[in-house]
Amino acid sequence: MLDYIQGYLSSNLTPGQAGNVFWVTVYILIVFGGISVAVIAMNWLERKALAHFQVRLGPMRVGPHGLLQPIADAIKLLTKEDIIPSGADTFVFWIAPLIILCAAFTVYIVVPFGPTHAITDLNIGILFMLGVASLSVLGIVMAGWASNSHYPLIGALRSSAQMVSYEVAMGMAVVSAILMTSLHGLGMYGVAAKSTGTGTLSMIEIVKMQQEQQVWFLFKFFPLGLIAFAIFAIAMVAETNRAPFDLPEAESELTAGFHTEYSGLRWSLFMLGEYAAMIAVSSIAVTLWLGGWMRPFPHWLAGETWDLVFSLFPGLTFLGLAAIAFIGVARMPKHPYFKIQTAGLGGFGAVLGLIGVVLFVPLVRDRIQDIYWFAAKVAVFMYLYIWYRATWPRYRFDQLMKVGWKVLLPIAIGVLILTAILGVVL
Amino acid sequence: MTDATKYLSHLELGEPDQTFLDSNELIINMGPQHPATHGVLRVILKLDGEKVLGTECVIGYLHRGVEKIAEHRTYTMFNPYVDRMDYVAAVSNGLGYCEAIEKLLNIEAPPRANYIRVILTELNRLASHMLWLGTHALDIGAMTPLFYTFRDREEILKIFEKYCGARLTTHAFRIGGCQYETYEGFERDVQNFLKFVPPKIDEYEELLTTNRIWLERTRGVGLISAKDCIALGVTGPVLRASGVKWDIRKAKPYASYSDFDFEIPTGQNGDTYDRYLVRMREMRQSLRIIEQAVGKIPEGPIMAKVPKVLKPPVGEIYHSIEAPKGELGYFVVSDGSTQPYRVRVRPPSFVNLQALDLMVRGQLVADVIAVIGTLDIVLGEVDR
Repeated sequence: MLDYIQGYLSSNLTPGQAGNVFWVTVYILIVFGGISVAVIAMNWLERKALAHFQVRLGPMRVGPHGLLQPIADAIKLLTKEDIIPSGADTFVFWIAPLIILCAAFTVYIVVPFGPTHAITDLNIGILFMLGVASLSVLGIVMAGWASNSHYPLIGALRSSAQMVSYEVAMGMAVVSAILMTSLHGLGMYGVAAKSTGTGTLSMIEIVKMQQEQQVWFLFKFFPLGLIAFAIFAIAMVAETNRAPFDLPEAESELTAGFHTEYSGLRWSLFMLGEYAAMIAVSSIAVTLWLGGWMRPFPHWLAGETWDLVFSLFPGLTFLGLAAIAFIGVARMPKHPYFKIQTAGLGGFGAVLGLIGVVLFVPLVRDRIQDIYWFAAKVAVFMYLYIWYRATWPRYRFDQLMKVGWKVLLPIAIGVLILTAILGVVL
Repeated sequence: MTDATKYLSHLELGEPDQTFLDSNELIINMGPQHPATHGVLRVILKLDGEKVLGTECVIGYLHRGVEKIAEHRTYTMFNPYVDRMDYVAAVSNGLGYCEAIEKLLNIEAPPRANYIRVILTELNRLASHMLWLGTHALDIGAMTPLFYTFRDREEILKIFEKYCGARLTTHAFRIGGCQYETYEGFERDVQNFLKFVPPKIDEYEELLTTNRIWLERTRGVGLISAKDCIALGVTGPVLRASGVKWDIRKAKPYASYSDFDFEIPTGQNGDTYDRYLVRMREMRQSLRIIEQAVGKIPEGPIMAKVPKVLKPPVGEIYHSIEAPKGELGYFVVSDGSTQPYRVRVRPPSFVNLQALDLMVRGQLVADVIAVIGTLDIVLGEVDR
């Protein structure tokens, strides 16, 4: 048994490929827990960042700087009365949020947080991801239909039309990135190419190809990679129903769109699914165009010294967060009423600092590198999501369709064709 | 459903459109509890998919019988009630009422009072337009301008609070002038505000005016021609955005508006974007008026000689002013007693709301929201 567990550690494969059920379970638990924590953190960060965009403070009451707000919300949502409208189709109403949640979380099976840090590696990884991610539209339609109410119905119909049409442009952009995996040769334009003609759909292999070709696909065949990435970045916002494409849940038009009739725990499942899907599509973008788990400049700034410098980043990040927490402690009001809050924030800072210190230990440091860089890149997208929401008004439905079919799709096809031609020429 | 169809008698509910795909029409009830109907407006929409086939406004959820109350109050006692009609532009309401009664009594407010009235009314116009901008942008999906405008509107409300103790329902004016002398530092506060606000307006414009999504959402949406505007009695920025240069401050100057130099911004297309631009430019014009007025508030009394008991001669009067939302008129009939025989208010929001159906027919659900926002209605005024 112990051999079974220890044997995997030296295998240099993902647990799924190694066929090790124990480590698969462990990885699934870690990923599920990690994503849940990320969603909670994202929830707090979004409210806080959005508030600061809008000259507000955001949550301030529950815990220091509202840090415990997501937990308070979770308790509130869990203890709320479970309402199913009398006219609703009970079974479909009940199962819809679960479908969205399952679709959002199943995607993480193939997300490569590192060369071995993935639950498994499928040879059709990217196809699997896109396929499963688009299943969530089923849940949305079911939720809208089962509610037996007008606003959810309109929201659901909008959503299905939107997700289906943006998937096409998204797919085209993805294909052009996959095409790049088969076009070997170093650098942006793949000079001295030795096209093997064999690309890959495996998420891990895609990143390894970027490593081999010494270029992020974002910059390959400049500006083709960049355009494909931009199309994907726009389509993924539409795909996850976020501002400025948040028509299905357009608050000012449809009150809450497809989840108008949902409350309590079921509603929170929708939210969990939405945020998990945001992280999932961001990780597709990171994997395909931003070099996945690779640290910045792995070839230009190569060598042991640079490796060491970059390996200090995770620890430094956590120490920085701890520093922010301690600054917060220093700025807390000196009133006895704030004693507990100040202590709590100090404790939180101490925990962050401790994590930071642990991350400096060489053994942990090397193990955590790839996960850190992957998460950092995804975090940039998460911030962009908040930024979009604070800045832009919402598209109208017909305009959204126009952007999808008349702008993004032709450009995506054009990029795909050009990439293919470049591949033949070079 | 049956309740809603009762209201839809004029929407030709009979036969559904026989299109290629036989589609069912959907009747949707928007409001009175809906995030984007600005209070308690209820709109019944007849939809084909997302296309609006017709609308019917159901109003009266905020009806308080203000006009009836007037018949049982003395002229002075009714004054604070008018503040509760358009509660985001209470100062304008008060000004219209006071001037109407002054006309009826044949007295005139002293120049100093008129200057104070102009400054406060224009500040209120700014406040009203800021609130409109914030909520309108929120309806279209841009959250952030709401908080910016509320932040800056606060500065105006602070001046009101310092002047008369109230922030929204100010009751700032009395029949015959103003109740309060300007407080110590009033002019300095207003001057500071004049310096503070133009960059803020630039900030709103930066977020919206050239924003592609904003342009797409507002251009060509809620079109209304000048002819339709006049036929429906639509006034204010909505009328001006359709290209009619009609502003009562210029056409029939009241208070001391004839002393000031300002322009009437107009649009050409009569769409939501033009109405947005007109209001944004109006805000700058209001600043111009305040700037001219605050520098030269004349000395003198703030109240005309007004008898203790107001007993206007038998007669009737119609007086209208340019409120932020359009022409606000008061038709007062006096029977010679201390109480008005009848007070009829011509609220701009109520009249402008009539245009909703015309403006949204054939457009999409999202446009209904944009148009309700651009009409700038306040339900307190619609229902009275």
